[in-house]
Amino acid sequence: MKAIDYSNKTHYRTKAFHSPFYSRQEPMNQLKEWGRWSDYLSPHAYSCASMEYFACRNACSVFDLTPMTKYHISGKDALAYLNRLVTRDVSKIKPGRVGYCVWCTDEGRVIDDGTIFHLSENEYRMCSQERHLDWLLTNTIGFDVSLTEETHEVAALALQGPTSCATLKQMGLEGVENLKPFGIRYFSFENTQLMVSRTGFTGDLGYELWIDPDHAEVLWDRLFEAGHLHGIQAMGDEALAMLRVEAGFIQAGHDFMPAHQTVRVSHTRSPYELGLGWLVDFKKPNFNGRKALLAEKEHGHRYNLVKLDIEGNKSACDSYVFTKNKKLVGTVTSATWSPSAKASIALATLEAPFGRPGEELLVEIYYQKELKWSRVMARAVVVSGVFFDPPRRRQTPAADY
Amino acid sequence: MTRKQARDIIQVQIYREPNRVKKYDAIVVGAGHNGLTNAAFLAKAGLDVLLVEKNDYIGGATVSLKKHKDWVYSNCSYVCSLLRPEVYRSLNLAKYGLQVVPYGGSATISQNGDYLGSYVDPDVSRREMARLSPRDADAKVRFDRDIMRQCRFIRQFLLRTAPDPTSFKPRDLMEMFYMGKQLLNLGEDVIYDMMRLYTMSISEYLDEYFEHPLIKAAKAGSGIIGSAMGVMSPGTAYVLLHHAMGDVDGTMGAWGFARGGMGAIAQAMADCFEDHGGELLSGSGVEQITVRGGKVTGVALENGNEYQADVVVSNMTLPRTFLECMDQNDLEPDFIRKVKNFKIRGSSGKLNFALDGLPKFTALEDNPELIKGDLHLVDTVERLELAYDDWKNGSWSKDPYVDMLIPTLTDPTMAPPGKHFMSVFVQYVPPKVNGEDWTSDHRDQFGQTVIDKIESYAPGFKDLILHVEIRTPRDLEDDVGLTQGNIFQGELTMDQLLFNRPIPGYAQYRGPAKGLYMCGSSNHPGGGVMAAPGANAAREILRDMRKPKSVPEGWIDD
Repeated sequence: MKAIDYSNKTHYRTKAFHSPFYSRQEPMNQLKEWGRWSDYLSPHAYSCASMEYFACRNACSVFDLTPMTKYHISGKDALAYLNRLVTRDVSKIKPGRVGYCVWCTDEGRVIDDGTIFHLSENEYRMCSQERHLDWLLTNTIGFDVSLTEETHEVAALALQGPTSCATLKQMGLEGVENLKPFGIRYFSFENTQLMVSRTGFTGDLGYELWIDPDHAEVLWDRLFEAGHLHGIQAMGDEALAMLRVEAGFIQAGHDFMPAHQTVRVSHTRSPYELGLGWLVDFKKPNFNGRKALLAEKEHGHRYNLVKLDIEGNKSACDSYVFTKNKKLVGTVTSATWSPSAKASIALATLEAPFGRPGEELLVEIYYQKELKWSRVMARAVVVSGVFFDPPRRRQTPAADY
Repeated sequence: MTRKQARDIIQVQIYREPNRVKKYDAIVVGAGHNGLTNAAFLAKAGLDVLLVEKNDYIGGATVSLKKHKDWVYSNCSYVCSLLRPEVYRSLNLAKYGLQVVPYGGSATISQNGDYLGSYVDPDVSRREMARLSPRDADAKVRFDRDIMRQCRFIRQFLLRTAPDPTSFKPRDLMEMFYMGKQLLNLGEDVIYDMMRLYTMSISEYLDEYFEHPLIKAAKAGSGIIGSAMGVMSPGTAYVLLHHAMGDVDGTMGAWGFARGGMGAIAQAMADCFEDHGGELLSGSGVEQITVRGGKVTGVALENGNEYQADVVVSNMTLPRTFLECMDQNDLEPDFIRKVKNFKIRGSSGKLNFALDGLPKFTALEDNPELIKGDLHLVDTVERLELAYDDWKNGSWSKDPYVDMLIPTLTDPTMAPPGKHFMSVFVQYVPPKVNGEDWTSDHRDQFGQTVIDKIESYAPGFKDLILHVEIRTPRDLEDDVGLTQGNIFQGELTMDQLLFNRPIPGYAQYRGPAKGLYMCGSSNHPGGGVMAAPGANAAREILRDMRKPKSVPEGWIDD
């Protein structure tokens, strides 16, 4: 059954639908602070964003990612189709594996980023922040593929944090500890199939659980039963926003504008400008944006998306970035205090060639103390790695904590 | 009677008799919203201005009139989006009582009982479109982006005088350079798209984005409003843009109601004008704009009075100004020929209803959100094209396009509580019926066609009608002065836009005689209650008088 249905004219009375997990989220959401994520209500925080953040870094947390856009792609040309669509070589994503990718316009401007799940031979799932049915169907011309949206047919939870594996084992998923990063495994669960992938948006040990919406509630219940002694906690999007910046993950609409929504052409970005040049593979067959990206690779790009480590403890949200000579070279797109790195961190877009690793810059931060605004020019340095990268993230078999 | 009382009864009659021998700095002819804007800016700049109006009420087509008991009709223009916010602010229209309130939503109702709704909430709107076509719902992101790209480009030229591309004056060259620079900034794809958008039909343009017939029909309507072209006629894609480039409070493409009806806009402008010492004389039209030795000398009114000024500004349509209100000996034959050929074909009519209650459209199932917005009764672009065929054949459409609104669901000032005013804009309606002038029988038959159509979607509608005012293009010409009843004072086609509007060589608001100016919608950037031609003309007049700059240009959107 679909999680939501808006085939009836009366759908307008519901401005945001309940996720299949809502009956469990609602009593846990003590703050009653709901936001909207696409078609669904989504909690900003259940009780305290900071505690939810630490649950994820110290024990494990559960985040409802049902609202994420999902497409199912199958047919004998599925691989060829995806290889034309995205910039990386999809043939390297074997069955049972997941790959992060971006897809571009003919001009090599990023439409969105997302993950491709190779479910089985000739069968894929693609997940993204934005909706792309028109673009994806346009791209099917000439390919023997079937493409359908399955956003509302699949309920999904992210279980992230050091005790996530122990929790899943406790829930009876035998051998889940042997699942490698970006791997997929299927388990039989309550007379249905539960898909588990070792993926996530937190940069920690973690899993994403995919199930039909009818089994959403039982999955939630069993997970919380199993995680009870492992510190499990439900988590909202405020905590996730901190986690993903620590992990260095970019987000559409925050760190870049999806090309199909961007009115000002110069505000679109190429994969190179997002630091995703490693996802562009010119050795594979022709793909969307190839010609433009090849030219850009030769002639250089206009922007660099960088990670900044900023002195002091003031949040650098929405700040301008200057060179040491006070030349304006860019803006911060996402920023947070990192409780794990114990540093003020940010993602920023700078005009090329600024943003080389190790480069020292200044960030103009406006901050308020008891209603009085002040300004500081904080020193910042461009870092190349991610801000928090625990070995448990990649360790296989996964540890219990 | 106090001014407030005068405003309350809407029809403002001013019988003040100006001094006959006095010479004014400027005389503006026609108190439509552009004439008012122009006169207000001139008065605000310190000029001694006389504004003359043929009707005993002001506003032209921007008017609120009581035609039935306590009902106030926006009996011509009926919604507001294009009104330039720069003018609103510069003339301080808020101080003079103007309130523009946005309304949300629209519905396009099909014959099979379904509809496409558009809602204030963007997610609900998307799901509604996805209900009909999931693919179209996602394609709309690209459609909105492309329309917005074009709107951003056009908007910056609305409050600028179009350059003359044949002139070598530094000012024209600089403006051409500016325009070229802005064009190049768009990037090559947007430039290609622009050339296509300006020349395509709305039907073809929509085919590039959408697949569902009802979705296309819903979007196509704004490509034909006010134009004597069909959805399949080249050039109609631009007309959609013209309807999308406005805003309410910065929300581009949004539409609103002027509280108290559209006349509230004219009234606020008139109050501003008078507050700055302007004199308004209504109730007698201009017989002739007088010219001596190639210079204007003033105006002679139909009532025999004459007034003098070295500057006369006409807010009348191009043909009305030059073919009806000037001695043809004062004009060059080639100019007269071009004026005669100016495309200003009437295509629209209007029904204004006083209703005893709220009509119930069967398909809407009492949806309280959609009824507050624009309602359309059409299924396909083909059905719209057939409506145009009737116009070409010299008749009103037997299955007309209607744009219906019930402002009283938003505005409490226009009808008694529980009662409603409903505005029904209709296309296509020809300026003449089979080549003959409209008769009152024709008008009644036309009205009945529209009423029958509404009744078929909203059974019981007829029983709610307390009063109806039926407006044909002929009425628009006779009452408002819009030649052939064209609501835009001339069609919005590429051949008569920008430096070709109204006609080549006269796009900078200056007429063929010295001191003669034009400030109506016949001029750049065209029709709609925009106030841009009026403001632009005022800027040019003050420039010729070497007065300091006081008329705003467009706000920059980077």
